[in-house]
Order: sequence, then structure tokens, then C-alpha cells
Amino acid sequence: MTTLSHWLTDDSPASRLQARLGRWYRMGLALWRNRLAMLGVAIVLALVILAVAAPYIASHDPLVQDLTRRLLPPSGDNWMGTDELGRDIWSRVVFGARITLVIVAMVAVLTAPIGLLLGAISGYLGGWIDRLIMGVTDIFLSMPKLILALALVAALGPGIENAGIAIAITSWPAYTRIARAETLTFKNAEFIAAMRLQGASTARIIFAHVLPLCLSSMIVRVTLDMAGIILTAAGLGFIGLGAQPPLPEWGAMIARGRSFILDQWWVATMPGFAIVIVSLGFCLLGDGLRDVLDPKSGDRH
Amino acid sequence: MNALLLQDLDVFYGPTQITRAVTLSVAAGESFALVGESGSGKSTVLKAIAGLAPKWNGAISVFGTPQPHGISRALSRHCQMVFQDPYGSLHPRKTVDATLAEPLAIHGLNDHNRRIEAVLADVGLDPRFRFRYPHQLSGGQRQRVSIARALILEPKLLLLDEPTSALDVSVQADVLNLLKRLRQEHGLTYLLVTHNLSIVSFLCDRLAVMRVGQIVETADVAALKAGRLRHPYSQELVDLSQRTIV
Amino acid sequence: MTKPLLEVENLRVTFPTSRGDVDVVAGISFSLGRERLGIVGESGSGKSMTGRSILRLIRPPGRVRADLFRFDGQNLLDLSERQMRAIRGARISMVMQDPKFALNPVMTVGEQIAEALRAHGNLPRREVSARVLDMLAAVRITDPKRVASLYPHEVSGGMGQRVMIAMMLIPEPDILIADEPTSALDVSVQAQVLDIIDEQVRQRGMGLMLISHDLALVSHYCDRVIVMNAGRIVETLDSGQLGAASHPYTRALIEAVPRLDETRDWLPTLPRAGGEVA
Repeated sequence: MTTLSHWLTDDSPASRLQARLGRWYRMGLALWRNRLAMLGVAIVLALVILAVAAPYIASHDPLVQDLTRRLLPPSGDNWMGTDELGRDIWSRVVFGARITLVIVAMVAVLTAPIGLLLGAISGYLGGWIDRLIMGVTDIFLSMPKLILALALVAALGPGIENAGIAIAITSWPAYTRIARAETLTFKNAEFIAAMRLQGASTARIIFAHVLPLCLSSMIVRVTLDMAGIILTAAGLGFIGLGAQPPLPEWGAMIARGRSFILDQWWVATMPGFAIVIVSLGFCLLGDGLRDVLDPKSGDRH
Repeated sequence: MNALLLQDLDVFYGPTQITRAVTLSVAAGESFALVGESGSGKSTVLKAIAGLAPKWNGAISVFGTPQPHGISRALSRHCQMVFQDPYGSLHPRKTVDATLAEPLAIHGLNDHNRRIEAVLADVGLDPRFRFRYPHQLSGGQRQRVSIARALILEPKLLLLDEPTSALDVSVQADVLNLLKRLRQEHGLTYLLVTHNLSIVSFLCDRLAVMRVGQIVETADVAALKAGRLRHPYSQELVDLSQRTIV
Repeated sequence: MTKPLLEVENLRVTFPTSRGDVDVVAGISFSLGRERLGIVGESGSGKSMTGRSILRLIRPPGRVRADLFRFDGQNLLDLSERQMRAIRGARISMVMQDPKFALNPVMTVGEQIAEALRAHGNLPRREVSARVLDMLAAVRITDPKRVASLYPHEVSGGMGQRVMIAMMLIPEPDILIADEPTSALDVSVQAQVLDIIDEQVRQRGMGLMLISHDLALVSHYCDRVIVMNAGRIVETLDSGQLGAASHPYTRALIEAVPRLDETRDWLPTLPRAGGEVA
């Protein structure tokens, strides 16, 4: 173990792989020392485990109704009680993790790379391309996220995929802005000038030199935004435009539990807890990542 | 043959004219210095030659080839630049190895390992620095990496923009010695921009003194050493640097 | 030499790192009277930290310790932050490297100098503005009225540094610390600025601590020179005797600088740890 950590922290790595692993190791170590960030990691990891192993973790089938056992309080058999159709809330929360994770992944995969690329192009090239991209970005940014998502879902039709798409469309402009701002800070740096003098093409500079530098602030921002995305998805679910019944989406579950909030508090509260905890987890993780990845604070002895 | 020929070079930044009718020629193998204070336009001349300041009138030719306005891929094999700031001229997320491999990849050169090892040896960097990131290097080591990056395409003309002004005196001595040795070993031509006349005296054969965008005097370094520069402004610069010499 | 204004014994400035505590200043002793003292060293020698520790400008986690740190009969390390503020600027002031970052961009030059004066005592308005104009004239600004009404971005680097000096000198401090005051300036302006500092320090009989990496420059403007390396004092010289410096490090520093009439083929270099070979 000590030899491995010596190998990783070696000041004079012997290969590209060792240098890269060493950098990751140092970042991991810095993250490890940050307790709150580790709590975030644990929560996000738990979400992933719940989603992947849902059938093994859930105690019941999340869709099977049993009207004889409706609205039971939490007990040894139903850890979080049952809902108005007699479904086990714990199992529904566990399967709901899948839906949350799918939306989160969709947004991360769809929007972040597009926003990143557009921002880097806009910032690096400048001129009319920059004005065009920024103009479109500003139009999207000027509309409230949830309202825009609502309008899109209303147009596309309700459903989890459309909710994901709507959230994706509303969240890329923020990433474009960040990537552009980041690009502008080092666009005129000498190392970029040096690469141009080496004959590197514009595409090469953007992909190989500009994007890697924007990446860390992007990862931080996406992680921090996850909380908002989860809330938006839950919001859409809550008003019935997200995942459709009988899918166990947390927002929709809260909406249905609302009618029983005074007498059967657990129906709405349990999925509510899930949303709060997962959002908090992403926030903590994002804050920790910022400390580790941010080129202005991290990466220095 | 001339390594570099500038004729009536007027460089503009936007509407502002920075240099006026700069004319000079640098012979192959020569080390030539452009001297002046900040705002004299000396760095702008370098940028125009490299293609980083594309708005100019006049003519620039490198080894007999007229240069276009802007970056030229063809030029990059013949002419490279070393920047002033060793902290800003290296990509913070790339190892020395990646920085040096990049130009080889751009120009489709093979044999990366051998070339990188050779150029590191050339600039006096131990092979164990090869996979370090810039933040793991000192200022002098970074400047050696910048020089290595400039040399790896085996150019014949090096543009040096105040290459040692950000370094400590003892490190400066190391880097100046290195530049002198590299020129001898590879038969390089230097165009050095500096405000420090002592460096010119150590490293160069000829110099041109610039003031507000114009060359006021071109002279041999022997004249500088003997205190025989003719223009009053050149003499003023000499006097000023003599004041701080013991 | 006159009675020292500042006496320092066994000064240590320590910063914690992941590999344990590092002394960037490792036990140095010196005194400063109404004289011009130079501190010379390369980056990392601890010269700037020495200057900053006098004004207690070392931020945590950095720690400053000393067996003796006496200024005008008080131990600087014992003073409260409030008492320290009364000393900073008024009794000991500091000129920094780059005026661009040290001046407030939204206040005119005149207002900033007046502010520096007012912060340390009440004066009638008319007298304040008269003193400001006098001070600007003293740092050889030819039309003080016009310059006083300019904003920092409207003045050149050399002018900005003169404004900084005016700001630092107007409360009439006993000690002026100048940390690389000219390294951001052109050679022609450098000499001018140093001449002004020199003139003012002599006229007012202050103590000057000039911190720089440039041995020749410091010896030209100072009476005594302390040479520092790796947090320690290598030797202390009267500036006239620089040529007779005995310590190999000082000699190496002198030799490593190229001369205007350079005849050496190679510059001697300091032996260095690590993998660099020349």
C-alpha cells in the first residue's frame, strides 16, 4: 500500500500513465480529507447503488397494489409505510432512484458537452460567431427554467424522456456562459500563442488545449447544478408533466401524498427526504470538487 | 542568405500604429538584439514576424520566403518563439512530455521518444522531469521546457522575447549560457528582444535600438561594449544601465 | 550609526506544508537605524517575508516568531491588531512592487493621498490639500494639481509609483520599506523613482529598507546590504565593499550578472540541487 502511494506521489513519474494517475491520486486525497465532500460522495454513491441494485434492495414490487394494505404507517414490514394504493413506499423510493439517475445522466450527457463546446468555440473564435452563440444563449437565459421546461413538456407531451429533454434544453446556456468566460481568461495566454506558432489548427487548439482547461470548472458546475435539475424534474413530476403513473418518480409521489399530508405524513415525506438528501449530496460533492479542481485554488502546493 | 529581412514594417493594433518603417536584416547564424523600453514596439515586431500580430504593412521574409499576414504552418518548422513569462507559457494541465509531443504530432513526425529525450538533454533537463506538470517545476526549469518546445521542430530562427527577465540572476546566468551554447551547437539565428543591454553584450552580435516604434540606431555589439553608440537615446540607455553596475 | 529604530533578533517566519513546517525566514537578526539598509536575495530567500513580517502582514497559517522585535521601545509582536494599524502607514510604511494593484481604481490620486494623511490625524481641509500638492511636487510631479485629479488608470507606471511613494511618505513615517519598488518599471523610470525615494529618505532622516533581487542596484542606493539565501543572512556588507565580498554565495551572485562590456564566454553559475545541468 505504501509503495503504491509512493509510486503515485513520486515527484518524477516515469510514464504518462503514472503522471496522470498521480494527479488523480492527489486530487482524490484532497477530496478524501474534506469530510463534507466525502459525505456527498457517499450519498451519490448510495444513489447509484440503489438505482443499479434496486430489485435486490427493494422489499416489495414497487408497482403491485394491495388495497387491503393502503396507507399503513412505517413498520418492520413496510419500512416507509404504504401509499394510497397499498404500494410499499420504500420500494418505490428505491426504484425512483433509477428515474432520478436517468434524468441526471441525461442532462449531464446531453447538455454539459454541448454547452462546453459552444462556449469554448464562442470564446476562442470571438467575432460574429461569438455574438451569434451568445445571442441565442441570452434568449434562453432570459426565460425562467421551470416555465420553459413546462412549455416544452406541454408541447412534447408528458413523460420522463421529454422531461429530461426539456431540462436539457433549459440548462445548456449556463454551461456555455461558464465555458466562454473560462476560455476568455486564457485565450491570449502565451501557451495558446505557442501552440498556434507550432502550427496547431484551430480545432486542435480548442479540443486539445482549451477544453481540458474548461473541464474542471464545468464538472464542478454540473455537479452543483444536479440539485437544481433533480428539483426541476421533481417539480415536473409534481404537476404531472414528468414521469407518468405508475412510475415511482419522487416528485409525482409527493404530489399524490399531498392529499394525505395531515393524517398519513409519510406518504409525501419519504420521497421528499429522498429528494432533499440527494440534492444535498450533489451540493456537497460539488463544493468539495470545486476546492480540489478549481485551477485558482487547487492544483498548487 | 539573410535569415530574416524586415522592410518598412508598420504594425497596427486595431487603429493604433505601433511601429513605423522598421527595416532590418539578420544574417543566418547571427544573434541580433532589439533593445528598447516598454512601449517601444520591440515585442510587437517579434509578434508580427511570428504571425501573432497580423495587421501590418511592409515586408517580412524568413530565409528568403515572404511571410503572409498571420500564422503560417510552413513557418513553424523554421522559426519558433520563446516567451517571457515561464509561468504563462506552459499549459498548466499538460506534462512536459505532452507539451513536447504536441508539435511532433501536429507535424506528423515520428520517433517521439527519441526526439523528446534528445531535446531534454539538449536544454539540460534531467529525464526524470519528463512527466512532471509545470507546477512541479521551478521558473528556470519551465523556461528550459519552453526552449525545448521551441527547439523540438528543429527551427533555424528563434525569436526570444525577454527570455530571462522573469528569472533570478543565477538562473538567468544558467539560461543565458544555455542559449549561447545551443546557438553554437545548432547554428541557430537569434532575434532577441530585451531591455537589458548587458544581456545583449553577452549573447548578441548586433543590436538595434528602438524608441516609440522606430529604430533609432543599428550597431555592432563591439560599439556597445566600447561605449560608442552614436544616437543620444542609445547613449542614455547605456548610461542608465551603467548606473546600476558596480 | 544612530540608535536603531528597529531591532530584530532571531526572526523566524514559518509556513506549514504537507511535508511539515518550513521556515521561509530561519532565524535572522538585524537592526535598522536612520539609514538605508538593503536586503538582497533571490526568490525564495525570505527577503520579502522579512519586510512583510515587520508590518505584521504575514497571514495565517504563516507564523512569525522572534526573540526580539522592537520598534521604538515596543515589541511589535505583542501589539494588538488595532495598535498595529496605528503604526502601519503612520510610523512604518511600505511601497509595493506594482502600483497598479496597490492603488484604489475608483478614487483619484489626490483623494487617496489625502486619505492616507487623514487616516492618521485631523487636519483642516485646506491644509490637507496643500500638503497633498506639496507632497506630489516633492516626488517630482511637475503639475501636481492636474495629477491629483487623475484616476490611477490615467497615470503611467512610473507616475503611479511616485504617487504610491507620496502616499506612503505623507504621514511622515520613521521607516519606509520598499519591496522591489521598481521591478515593474522601465530602466529610465527606475532610476528616477529610486532617486526620489533616496532624496526623500535623506531629507526626512528616515530609515529605509530596500528589498530587491538586484545586488548592484541595492548597493548603489544603500549604506549597508544584507545578503539573504534560503531564509538566512549570508553576510552583511557596507555597500562600498561589495567588490570585497568574501562569501562565495555573494561572489557568485555578483559574478552571475552579465556586464555591459562582457568579455566572458560563459557566465559562472551557482551549483544547484536538482537535475539541471548547463
